[in-house]
Amino acid sequence: MFNKKHLALLASAGSLSLAGMATAQADTLEDTIERGAVQCGVSDGLPGFSAPDDDGNWQGLDVDVCRAVAAAVLGDADAVNYISLNAVERFTALQSGEVDLLSRNTTWTTTRDTTLGLNFTGVNFYDGQGFMVSRDLGITGADELDGASICIQSGTTTELNLADYFRANNMEFNPIVFDTSEQTVGGYQAGRCDVLTSDTSQLAALRIQLDDPEASMILSDVISKEPLGPVVRQGDDLWFNIVKWSLFAMLNAEEYGVTSENAEEMLNSENPDVARLLGQDGNYGEGMQLEADWAYNIISQVGNYAESFERNVGMDSPLEIERGVNALWNDGGFQYAPPIR
Amino acid sequence: MIHNKETIPQRPAPKGTIGPVAWLRGNLFNGPINSVFTLLGLYVLYLLVVPTVQWAFIDANWVGDSREDCTRAGACWVFVNARFSQFMYGLYPSEEYWRANIVFAMFAAIIAWMVIPRLPFKRWMALFALLIFPVIAYVLLHGGYFDLPRVSTHRWGGLMLTLLLASVGMIGALPIGIVLALGRRSNMPIVKTFCVIFIEFWRGVPLITILFMASVMLPLFLPSEISVDRLVRALIGLTLFQSAYMAEVIRGGLQAIPKGQDEAAAALGMTYWKRMGLIVMPQALKMMIPGIVNTFISLFKDTTLVMIIGLFDLLGIVQAALSDSRWLGFSIEGYVFAAFVFWIFCFSMSRYSQYLERKLNTGHKH
Repeated sequence: MFNKKHLALLASAGSLSLAGMATAQADTLEDTIERGAVQCGVSDGLPGFSAPDDDGNWQGLDVDVCRAVAAAVLGDADAVNYISLNAVERFTALQSGEVDLLSRNTTWTTTRDTTLGLNFTGVNFYDGQGFMVSRDLGITGADELDGASICIQSGTTTELNLADYFRANNMEFNPIVFDTSEQTVGGYQAGRCDVLTSDTSQLAALRIQLDDPEASMILSDVISKEPLGPVVRQGDDLWFNIVKWSLFAMLNAEEYGVTSENAEEMLNSENPDVARLLGQDGNYGEGMQLEADWAYNIISQVGNYAESFERNVGMDSPLEIERGVNALWNDGGFQYAPPIR
Repeated sequence: MIHNKETIPQRPAPKGTIGPVAWLRGNLFNGPINSVFTLLGLYVLYLLVVPTVQWAFIDANWVGDSREDCTRAGACWVFVNARFSQFMYGLYPSEEYWRANIVFAMFAAIIAWMVIPRLPFKRWMALFALLIFPVIAYVLLHGGYFDLPRVSTHRWGGLMLTLLLASVGMIGALPIGIVLALGRRSNMPIVKTFCVIFIEFWRGVPLITILFMASVMLPLFLPSEISVDRLVRALIGLTLFQSAYMAEVIRGGLQAIPKGQDEAAAALGMTYWKRMGLIVMPQALKMMIPGIVNTFISLFKDTTLVMIIGLFDLLGIVQAALSDSRWLGFSIEGYVFAAFVFWIFCFSMSRYSQYLERKLNTGHKH
C-alpha cells in the first residue's frame, strides 16, 4: 500500500517536473526579458570568435551573435551573460537550459541537428579545412601537395578529412601529428613539415604566432565543409525565429549598406528595403513579439555583418581572414539572407 | 714528573680545514670523479641559466600596452602586465575590484593572524574566519545586498577563484574528512559501511569525472526550476572529493596512536567524543601535518581542473587571454607567470607546515 502511494507520488512529481521543464523551455523569450539578459554560451577562448579583451569584455564573431540577440530582444547589446563552455558540455548546457543560445563555432551537421533536440539557426561563418605553406615553396594550390609532410593536430576530424582528400586525389602525404595547436605551430616553425593543416579560421590564428608570419601563406583551397552557426533548443519556435532573424538582419544591413555609423541617418532612407529593415515601414518584429526597432538596435549597437566580420576576424583584426566564401551572395560568397518583407 | 696544570688553550682549526676553499674542497672537489661531476654540473647549469636569464630578464620587454611593444627577442612581460588585473580577478567588473580587494585583504589578515604565534584570541579569530568571514566574502563578492550591484559567479575568475576554490575545499574537506575517518573506524556497522562506501566511491573516481558529472550530467537530472550555480556545483564536487582523501590521511594518523591512549581515556570515564577530541585527535593531527599539507597542496593545484568545465581559474584565464587575437603567441609568458604564482602559494604552504612541525615537535626527536 505504502509502496503504491509512494510510487504514485514519485510519478506525479516526475511529470510535474517534466511539465515544468516544457513550459520553462518554451518561454525563452519571457525568461530572458524577466532576467534582463541573454544567457549565451560561447567558447572558452577562440581567437576572433570569442575571447575576453584586455578590459575583460568578450569580443568576437560568435560573441556578436549573442550581442545582436540581446539588442533585438532587450534593446541593449551589453545585456548578455557569457557562459564559457568547452566542446563536450556545450550541447548539454543548451539542453538543460543553462544557456538560451549557443554561439560557439559549432559545425552544423545532420547528427547534431536531428538527434540532440537542437536547432541550428543559420551560418555565421563558413569554415573549412585549409593549408598553410611557406611562401618559398612556390605552391599555389592544394593539388600540388603530393608527397608533402603535413603537421596536424591529433584527435580532430582534420586528420580524417586530410586522408580522404589525398586518397580521393590519388596523392601521398606524410602526417606529423601533434597534441596541441601550440605544438603544431612549433613543429611547423621548426621545419618538421612543409604544410600545416587546420580549419582556415584557426590557420589565420596560428599564422600570426609564427616568428615571421609574412613568410607563410594560407592556400585558398578548402577541402571540407564546416558551416559554423548559432544553436537553440528545439521546441521554442519563437526564440528560434528571433535568433535566426537577428543574424539575417545583420546580413541584410550589409546588403543595403546600413552600418552602425549611418543607421540613424538611414532611418529617413527612401529605400523601401531599408525602411522595412529599420522598422520605418511596418513592424516586422511583431511576429517575434519584438518592437519595430529590433533590427535598428542590432545594427546601431553591434553593426552589420561586414563590420562584425572585419572587426573580429577580417582585415581590421590581426587575423586578416579574407571574406572569401563568407562574402554576400551578390559579392561572390555564400552569405544570403531572406528579405525582410 | 711534570704536571701541566693549565689546560691547553684552544687553537683555531688548521688552515686547510675551514673557510670557503676548504668547503669547496670537502664538498665539491674531494677526488677526481667528484671534481669532474662538479665541473659537468656547473656547465649544465651554465647552459640552462644563461639563456633563461637572457630570455626572462635581459632581452625581455617590460613596458608597453600592445604586442607591437614586444621585440620577441626575449619574454614579453607586457602581455602579463596588460592582463594582470584579469589574471587576478577574472572577468570581474573593474569598477568593483575594491570589493574583491577587501576580501583579499581580510583573507590575508586572517591568515597572518593565525600564522603569527604572538597574536592573541586565535580561537575567536578561527571562529570568525569559519563562520562570519565566508558570509562577508559572499556578500561582498556576489553583491545584491546593501546596494552592491550583483556580480554573478560566471564573471569570477583568476587568482581570486583559485583561492576561493582551494580555501573552500580545504576548510570543507578537513571536518568532513575527520568525521569520515572516525566513522570508518567506528564499531557501528551502518555508519562504518556508509563511510567506507563514500570514501571508496569518491577516491575511485578521477576528479575530472566528478567535475564533468557536476557540470554536464547534474543539470539534466535536476528539474529545470532548480538550477544550481556551476561554481557551487564545482565547489561541492571538489570538497567531497578532497574529504575522501583527507579521511584516509587522518585515518592513517589515528592508526598510529597506541590503543592504550584511548583505553586509558575510557578508563577515566571519558565519553567517545571527549576521548577523540581531547586525547586521540590532538596527538593524531600533530602527526598528520605533512600528510594534510600534502593533500592541501595537491588540492590547490587540482583546482586548475575546473578550467575544463568552463570556469576561469588562474590557469583558465591565462589560456583565455592567450586566445585573444591581439595577444596570440605569448603562451610561454602566460604559463610561466601562472606557474610562478602557483609555486609561491605551494611553497609558502610547504614552509608553513615545516614550521608547524618544528613548533609542535611532532617528530618526537627529543
